[in-house]
Amino acid sequence: MTIYIVNIFLFLFKSIDEYRNENPNPVFFLNSLLQTHSLQDLRQQAAIASKVFVQRDYTSGTICKFQTKFPTELETRIDKQQFEETIQTLNNLYAEAEKLGGKSYLEGCLACLTAYTIFLCMETHYEKVLKNIAKYIQEQNEKVYAPLGLLLTDPIERGLRVVEITIFEDRSIGSR
Amino acid sequence: MKSCEYQQIDPRALSAPTPTSTLRFAGEPAPGSRRKWEVFPGKNRFYCDGRIIVARQCGVLPLTLGLILLTSGLFFMFDCPFLVTHLTVCIPVIAGLLFFFVVLSLLHTSFTDPGILPRAFPDEAADVERQIDSCGSHTYRPPPRTKEIVINDQVVKLKYCFTCKMFRPPRTSHCSLCDNCVERFDHHCPWVGNCVGKRNYRFFYTFIVSLSFLTSFIFGCVITHLTLRAQGGKGLVSALQQSPLVVCFFSIWSILGLSGFHTYLVASNLTTNEDIKGSWSGKRGAEDSGNPYSYNSIVTNCCVVLCGPMPPSLIDRRGFLPPEDVPPTASTETALPPFMDKNDGNMCSEGTKELFENVDQSPLFQSQCSPGALKTAPATPDLTVSTLLSPARRPPPSSTCSGGQAHHPAATPCPQRGTLRASNTAFRLDGSTYLSALGDAPEPSYIPLH
Repeated sequence: MTIYIVNIFLFLFKSIDEYRNENPNPVFFLNSLLQTHSLQDLRQQAAIASKVFVQRDYTSGTICKFQTKFPTELETRIDKQQFEETIQTLNNLYAEAEKLGGKSYLEGCLACLTAYTIFLCMETHYEKVLKNIAKYIQEQNEKVYAPLGLLLTDPIERGLRVVEITIFEDRSIGSR
Repeated sequence: MKSCEYQQIDPRALSAPTPTSTLRFAGEPAPGSRRKWEVFPGKNRFYCDGRIIVARQCGVLPLTLGLILLTSGLFFMFDCPFLVTHLTVCIPVIAGLLFFFVVLSLLHTSFTDPGILPRAFPDEAADVERQIDSCGSHTYRPPPRTKEIVINDQVVKLKYCFTCKMFRPPRTSHCSLCDNCVERFDHHCPWVGNCVGKRNYRFFYTFIVSLSFLTSFIFGCVITHLTLRAQGGKGLVSALQQSPLVVCFFSIWSILGLSGFHTYLVASNLTTNEDIKGSWSGKRGAEDSGNPYSYNSIVTNCCVVLCGPMPPSLIDRRGFLPPEDVPPTASTETALPPFMDKNDGNMCSEGTKELFENVDQSPLFQSQCSPGALKTAPATPDLTVSTLLSPARRPPPSSTCSGGQAHHPAATPCPQRGTLRASNTAFRLDGSTYLSALGDAPEPSYIPLH
């Protein structure tokens, strides 16, 4: 009986896969899709000097929020205000994903009434916002960080624990 | 418990990982590339190509399913025909709906990722250790295991997880059965065969509430059936034998009790873990230690816990591992032991003894014998890894680590943890380190972290 139920689920998943044109995971896949050639070139050609990790800020509870404290390693590379603005925007986006309001309650109640089968068919609000976050990070990398020899990694690839900033060797300046 | 050494991760030993942790190319995975679930380090099992996740010990989930199916089956077969003719046709309809809810929510609870936190990547873990060390003095002791933060005017201690190499977020706990850190960890439920955490708590709650309704409903219907039969005078004994009365009778009290308990937890935004430990119950005496996560309103707490936004799975089970064609970097990679076999026993060297023990996987552990070198010369080329690699493929006895450069002599007894199960491989490694790891045979020469 269990095998029968599992087979039903397998069939359902496969058909839903085709319906959604599913990728391994929409958010993670989007990250890979959004790698432009310029960023790939940066990664392939430049050597990594170090990495900086911006940790989570738990003072407001368990919501996803990153510390806006400016790391000392980035002082020579980027403007403090620009960095803080990026982190603050990320925090705002995550806050929007986790916002408690009519829409999220409605989604939750609807899911409960359908015995949570709706999660198989529909993308949740959180996942939609994660896609926006991925796009925002991509855009920030292209416009602001790559020209400065830095690269932001989407926190979702690090389990929402840290914002990883990779510092590449600054070949234009020459000395290291 | 065996005393193991705490070994720092040497950041110099970190290879230059690629920034991408997922696919390099757009869309198409390389042929033969594996999915991340195949190298997941926790004690979980995966089905349907990573879509379904259960704990390795499935507990009594088959028994749970079997009991539910048996009870409901008996009810539909023996009680429903009588009740439909004597009462109303709604009875099997309601029972059917409840049964549907129960089974679906049970399967959701069992097969959903409870909110597992992926283990820290090596460079991230090294950075955390560096920060810990920079806070304390450079004396002979392992890094502190706790960090205090203030949430809503309450002091909350964050513990460092030695398995996952990170400070656990608030309300996160490491499940020893599953060997994973789980967010908002409630408990590990053997009936369901999985942990109950942030992502599947609402399914679990739906399951026990609908199960209590189902058992109460079946119990009530069966009593009605027997009463009606008793009035008729005949066939009471055979009806008793065929009814699911006994199973229902015994299970109903525990299920109702559990539902009541979890309703209380939901209303006060607590987890079973916190309730049992008494984290917020004012055991510190007069000091006001209320729950900092509660919204101080029953309705809000219920809405948040049960109808809040559904967080995504952080472990990306179905993502593809980085392609294997990236050439490994020279010194560190070749030195590092690959983690091919999920069930490999790894060695723990303790004092001069070398024991096999399951250990966390990072090839960087190899280089941990010389944390001192790291401290004094950040630009140190590597390594010590080469010294660790001997043709005999045995780790040097830890006493040698204490000689010379180590800041943290090897003999430091590390804070114990239970033995870690071996897990595979380089789930959390970046691409290049993982790639080299894939190629070689398993090498039992790890210096244990703890």
